[in-house]
Amino acid sequence: MNIPRIDPLSRRDVLKGGGALIVGFSMAGLPLGSARAAGPAPDPNLIDTWIAVHADNTATVIFGKCELGQGNTTGMLQIAGEELDLDIAQMHVVRLDTHVTPNQGATTSSSSIERGGPQLRAAAAEARQALLQLASARLGAPVAELTVEKGVVSVAGQLGRSVRYGDLLGDKAFSVKLTGKAPQKPVSQHKLVGARVPRLDIPDKVAGKYTHMQHVRVAGMLHGRIVRPRGQGAYGAGAKPLEIDESSIRDIPGARVVRRGDFVGVVAEHEWDAVKAARALKVTWQENATLPGNAGLHDAMRAAKTTDTTVVDDGDIAKGFAAAVHTAAATYHLPYQAHLPFGPNCAIADVGPNGALVMSSTQDIYNSRAGLAPVLGLPEDQVRVQYYEGSGTFGHSCYEDCAQAAAIMSQLAGKPVRVQFMRWDEHGWDNFGPAHLAEVRAAIDGNGRIVAYEYHGWQHGWFTTESSHELALRSPPRERNSGSNSIIVNRMSTGAMYAIPNRRVVSHMVPMVGLLKGAPLRSPMDMHYSFASEQVIDELAHAAGMDPLEFRRRNIAGERWLGVLNAAAGAANWTPRVAASRLSDAEVVTGRGIGIGTHHVSFGAAVAEIEVNRRTGQIITKNLYGALDAGLTVNPALVENQIIGMMVQGVSRVLKEEVKFSRTNVTSLDWESYPVLRFAEHPNVTPVVVQRVNEPSTGAGEEVMGSTGAAIANAFFDATGVRLRQYPMTPERVLAALATSKT
Amino acid sequence: MADELNIKVNGRVSTVASSPDTPLLYVLMNELELRGPRFGCGLAQCGSCSVLADGVEIRSCVTPVGNVAGKSITTLEGLPAWYAEKKGLAQAPALHPLQQAFIDEQTPHCGYCLNGMLIKGSELLANNPRPSEAEIRQAMNGHLCRCGTYPRIMKAIQVASRTISGDVR
Repeated sequence: MNIPRIDPLSRRDVLKGGGALIVGFSMAGLPLGSARAAGPAPDPNLIDTWIAVHADNTATVIFGKCELGQGNTTGMLQIAGEELDLDIAQMHVVRLDTHVTPNQGATTSSSSIERGGPQLRAAAAEARQALLQLASARLGAPVAELTVEKGVVSVAGQLGRSVRYGDLLGDKAFSVKLTGKAPQKPVSQHKLVGARVPRLDIPDKVAGKYTHMQHVRVAGMLHGRIVRPRGQGAYGAGAKPLEIDESSIRDIPGARVVRRGDFVGVVAEHEWDAVKAARALKVTWQENATLPGNAGLHDAMRAAKTTDTTVVDDGDIAKGFAAAVHTAAATYHLPYQAHLPFGPNCAIADVGPNGALVMSSTQDIYNSRAGLAPVLGLPEDQVRVQYYEGSGTFGHSCYEDCAQAAAIMSQLAGKPVRVQFMRWDEHGWDNFGPAHLAEVRAAIDGNGRIVAYEYHGWQHGWFTTESSHELALRSPPRERNSGSNSIIVNRMSTGAMYAIPNRRVVSHMVPMVGLLKGAPLRSPMDMHYSFASEQVIDELAHAAGMDPLEFRRRNIAGERWLGVLNAAAGAANWTPRVAASRLSDAEVVTGRGIGIGTHHVSFGAAVAEIEVNRRTGQIITKNLYGALDAGLTVNPALVENQIIGMMVQGVSRVLKEEVKFSRTNVTSLDWESYPVLRFAEHPNVTPVVVQRVNEPSTGAGEEVMGSTGAAIANAFFDATGVRLRQYPMTPERVLAALATSKT
Repeated sequence: MADELNIKVNGRVSTVASSPDTPLLYVLMNELELRGPRFGCGLAQCGSCSVLADGVEIRSCVTPVGNVAGKSITTLEGLPAWYAEKKGLAQAPALHPLQQAFIDEQTPHCGYCLNGMLIKGSELLANNPRPSEAEIRQAMNGHLCRCGTYPRIMKAIQVASRTISGDVR
């Protein structure tokens, strides 16, 4: 089987959706081969931007949220098919492309079904109304008497009087604007939404026929690799090549150096030659010993001049604490963690004087275009970005960095260039999930009710310009450490699940310069907040002499929080008992813990059952039970799979993962120096979807991560009677904590 | 040419243009244009590049192509035919039973690790058609997944085990 050679100047590949020709796009007026020409952005107010109906009674559904292996394509088609009365098999999708698909914003924050879904649903409902109007004229019957099944419109009760969508509009444009008035189906009539439709992307993935970005090749391309110091240094310090010895790659055929500013790369005709050249090229880098190193990290954060925001200030915490019968307080030290798509990021760019085509695994094609334009010195509308699914990214990994690197190299080499990051590039130059420092205290009254809660969190924000951009243009560091784009401590993860009369949450924003480059990592920062917050809550339950589930029930903030709490506990057959009430001197001890949490919306809860080896310090997560209420769940099977993925990744992050760095640079450069959960260590996971058909659909890809880490931490206390205030909960830390508790 | 390098992949012999020290992975991806084996680390740490060499799982990212001359290489694409040959079936099924189980159990997320999981899992089932859970954990431990699909890979291997050993039909 050959990999299709995709001509970057042809739009056939972009528009191939089951072989159907799509008409009615904003693009349709462009001649073939004009991919580099400026194109107007698809108008979201036109039905044709979203839906194309074909003569064979199929439809192409066009949307702007990408498949990341979470099943997005399947879920979005369920929503569209529901309103259109089409079967899943009757619909095709198109590749995300800035010249073709509407701008629905980034595929982040688990927002596809929550925010992208209603837009698509509305467009599909409008398309159905337009088709019903056409059918009404064709069949000579009022719209109110028409019914639709599988794209066949019939006059109710008269089987012979029917017409197919394909015959009404086959391959012609709707040319109709969205009215905002088309009726949408009530939940009671849903057939596709709520069904366990199998994922559409899985058969090709399993058969080895799927096109990941890493599989794409274009004619005449070169292979490129970036050349940087192994492991980034402090943010803002740059990576300055003092000397590049080009003779060091003289023996590698066809390999040559491409450089713009401090950006250095190599290109070669053959991939292995590019890999060899990137390794062999001798570069003397300017060294900057300005990082604090892992040991000095949290002290540096605590000592930094911060920008502070009071996120929550309910009641009067001073009074609350004064009146309490018991207060729990602790400080938590939490690490940088990395995205690390399992297949390092890959991109292909073809950049000419008048335009660029860039293929990558970006989570936001439009934002990608906005980032590429200044790097290439091209106007935005001359940059075209196409999305190809890569390896699971879990947030802003190096996909834009890689795309910009490919684009810079293509511009310099005058040919299309394919760049894949090496393992050490992806590890060493990731935009890491930021570290966190938390000081938390909370208190109860004599009835086991939480009366006061105070959370202070220290962290830095997100970066704004990619490493390739900063190196090539030698631009000064820019970060979002204040204002509306900054990342402040999440109020939802810091006590919002409990009814607390006096609660205060304060965000202390630390400058990113001098630390590591930060970006959102799946359920951004919530594992940190929940690890700290839910342990303090657990300590209050213990102080009150209460079962941790019963204590949470007593203090719960609402019905939906209670729902997931009960669902997770029910799945685990939770029996009431005070934590750490069955301590043992055995070598291997067991414990169970519970936690609740979210990201911004939706409701998550987890129960963990673990084993702790008191001799080796190893923690094994045996069983996890996770419940998620994401409102109306469009496809429970997809969400169950997400719960499993979140929980296994959550175990990895809380037990294993920490970015290591010295005074000069990141030293976690592969899977040995940044271990992740291995096959033999994985838990059994029982996912529970709490279906709420009358609530709006909300995110379902992140919201159980925080509670997973918290449940494991609480299970550790149950097993040992000792609290761990930092993770990853490595054997060294476990042994140290157990030793301290004995003295 | 006297020193022409030939390799046998999925039953077909091809002449290799790359130098013998080139890792097999780059030959499979760029010369034979296969999609199964893929680059994950280049360090033999993750298993995304795995192929079978005479039925034994190897990491193609660190195996010079010159070292596999004379061996029979099977990639993800060749698993159904390899299975048929081992089982003495007249015709290769569309999918190896483990591939079918991965679909039935809705196993993958991004699917990038899948190549190595299917290669290693197929090797395991060929050598041990009824592995225990502990044996599966042990055998698969050199293959990493970042999406958290281990539980469903476990289940899919158990399902395929029952299919292969004829416990269910």
